[in-house]
Amino acid sequence: MKKVLGILLAAVMAFSLAACSTGSTASGSTAEGGQTAEGASASDIKVGAILLGDETEGYTAAHINGIKQALENLGLTEDNIVWKYKVAEDSACMDAAEDLVGQGCDIIFSNSYGHQTYMVEAAEKYPDVTFVAMTGDFAALTGLDNFKNAFTKVYQSRYVSGVVAGMKLKELVESGELTTETQPDSFDADGNIKIGYVGAYSYAEVVSGYTAFYLGVRSVMPNVVMEVMYTNSWFDIDKEGAAAEALIANGCVIIGQHADSTGAPAATEKMLGTGRICYSIGYNIDMIDTAPNAALTSATNVWSVYYTEAIQAAMNGEEVPVDWAKGYDDGAVAITTLSDNCAEGTAEKVAEVEAALKDGSLQVFDTSTFTVGGETVTTAQVDLTFYDYSTGEPTVLYQGETKEAITDGYFSESELRSAPYFALRIDGITEDAEPVA
Amino acid sequence: MTKATQPVHEPLLRIAKRDGIPFSKKVLIRAVAILLALVVDALFIFFVTGLNPLAVYGVMYQGTFATSVRFSWAMRDLATLLCVGIALAPAFKMRFWNIGAEGQVLIGGMATALTMVYLGSSLPAPLLFLAMFVASTAAGALWGFIPAWFKSRWNTNETLFTLMMNYVATSIVACLTNIMRGQASSLGTLNKATKAGWFPVLFGQRYTINVIVVLVLTFAMYAYLKYSKHGYEIAVVGESENTARYAGINVRRVMIRTMLISGAICGLCGFLIVAGKDQTISTTSAGGRGFTAIIVAWLAKFNTFYMALISFLLVFLERGASEIASAYSLNEYAADIITGIILFFILGSEFFINYRVVRRGETHKEGK
Repeated sequence: MKKVLGILLAAVMAFSLAACSTGSTASGSTAEGGQTAEGASASDIKVGAILLGDETEGYTAAHINGIKQALENLGLTEDNIVWKYKVAEDSACMDAAEDLVGQGCDIIFSNSYGHQTYMVEAAEKYPDVTFVAMTGDFAALTGLDNFKNAFTKVYQSRYVSGVVAGMKLKELVESGELTTETQPDSFDADGNIKIGYVGAYSYAEVVSGYTAFYLGVRSVMPNVVMEVMYTNSWFDIDKEGAAAEALIANGCVIIGQHADSTGAPAATEKMLGTGRICYSIGYNIDMIDTAPNAALTSATNVWSVYYTEAIQAAMNGEEVPVDWAKGYDDGAVAITTLSDNCAEGTAEKVAEVEAALKDGSLQVFDTSTFTVGGETVTTAQVDLTFYDYSTGEPTVLYQGETKEAITDGYFSESELRSAPYFALRIDGITEDAEPVA
Repeated sequence: MTKATQPVHEPLLRIAKRDGIPFSKKVLIRAVAILLALVVDALFIFFVTGLNPLAVYGVMYQGTFATSVRFSWAMRDLATLLCVGIALAPAFKMRFWNIGAEGQVLIGGMATALTMVYLGSSLPAPLLFLAMFVASTAAGALWGFIPAWFKSRWNTNETLFTLMMNYVATSIVACLTNIMRGQASSLGTLNKATKAGWFPVLFGQRYTINVIVVLVLTFAMYAYLKYSKHGYEIAVVGESENTARYAGINVRRVMIRTMLISGAICGLCGFLIVAGKDQTISTTSAGGRGFTAIIVAWLAKFNTFYMALISFLLVFLERGASEIASAYSLNEYAADIITGIILFFILGSEFFINYRVVRRGETHKEGK
């Protein structure tokens, strides 16, 4: 009898231990969510959030924090929000939207591009609810007055992060640490310094971002060339790490990224540890914990600026902007805290560039700073139409105008619509034909 | 288990197979398992998340039953999972380890997607649906036929073969969707402008047809396995190939025929997913159901009606988990632990249905 009891007790212990250890990761967020729900709310507005991931994934975490900050700014509580985590970019998005409508939501946000085609269906079906497809690109063309898009001018913060990288390169060269003797493979035949960029996909969003980053670097160090390697995934720690290692092996001294994991900074840190001269510029989140010696800074979006504006408009019964795009002038983009690895004088330089971006005296895509095929760009027609390409020939889904993007000597990114459309391949940047294996 | 044991020196606990077990006892064991699971879950919920377990169970229940729309989604998801389970039943009953349902569903879905995109504008609706049906079942059947044929010719290992075919199908889908998306950054819904090849809306939902088709399949597969000559042959081959040969059954033919059927129904499931549910195709269209359905088929011992019950349970748990995560701002992993514990106990109860624990000194009958 005692033995039976003993076995039973042991089993119960084992269960409870297993349950505790696996569950502990979630307990933090629970306590937070549970307790904030108690305070009285300032409004009875109901906000729905359809999220591709959850707080364990940097991109979605940034959105969650943005929404939470917006709620706080507006005096709202957890009672005013319904979260939908891990919603795939398929009919699950439509389900989530309908379910949120059923729960009485007045405004519903989705945070990933692929949600857009489902959000528009929901918007057609429920005209009384406002639907926002973040990072989407065709809301203005649909003619629906309850369907919106929004995107930050993140290319501006990428430009500033490029300036930080440029300052580091300058310091490395001027101190004699990086020369054709110390690390010969980091210079091409013309003596240009090589830098690298880990990109997700060859979409305009990524092209716009890496070009801005490159122009930022070049505004400080004119003699750089950049290699871009794609991972064909928005979030893949292994591939991003492998791409960064491959780029560093090719001689790249700075590794920028437009992909959501910590793979590239971690790999850069590792290579730095082996004696390579290489530093990392991250995305979304501060990478100092991941790469304490290699991280310089990260380009980020400050989503709370948008969420506050949109939710406030919905609360007041005002129109939510159809195609929202804001940047440094409204604090919608930023770079994370500069690490101790940054060059002397970086903070001052960053402040200067940020001020110039704010007052408009500096344009990221100033046509006098880059060439395409050796020529200065004087015209760039952007077709805003949304096509369906699945049959092999483009079929118009939402007709848009074709507009000139070059005005006043610069390429006006994010002004014709919020989603990026800069897709010029400028001189000095080479894209690898094959994605990382 | 609380009865006193007699002091005789033999192992404290032994495990013996049960000969048979009355239905009522089966139900009792399962009920006890679920009750125990809820108790363990309550401990987890209370001590780890600090929430009220009863409230959490309420939310979990609401995941499926809060509104009629949610219930209809549960039925849709049930239909999809059950459809794959039905497809797997004949193969597994024949002891042909078809681990390739995921790939068979995907390739069926891909064939459907290609048909609706490229024939969508040229065929009238009934013909288009017919073409989609034929294409999807043919593609699925082909994916089932290849490993069956190799097995019947060269006795290749079907477990590995069907598993590998999944990766082939996934890669084909990845490649084709990448071509089809063109310059867009993702494929999106197919035929968005014309809605050609989308199931018509019945009773307010596009997926009503899915549910009806799977309902019919549930009866049909039950009858096929239980009453048809084919079904008998499958059972005999499953028990012993040599017996089957001795009885004059052409094992090779039964194997290929059964896998054609299994693959074709998987392909049909791909058709239902694309035309009735997603209106698009991606590498995640099957969503792991090809593997989950193996549990469904085995737990139900290939009885399609039990399979429906088990599918419902799995769908209920899945929807409950995501509702818990949403309602309490919980990480989805925590919610998954809650449903995982329930599943663990239910699977565990199968052990106690098939075996019994014999305590020291207790008289027992040997199992077979």
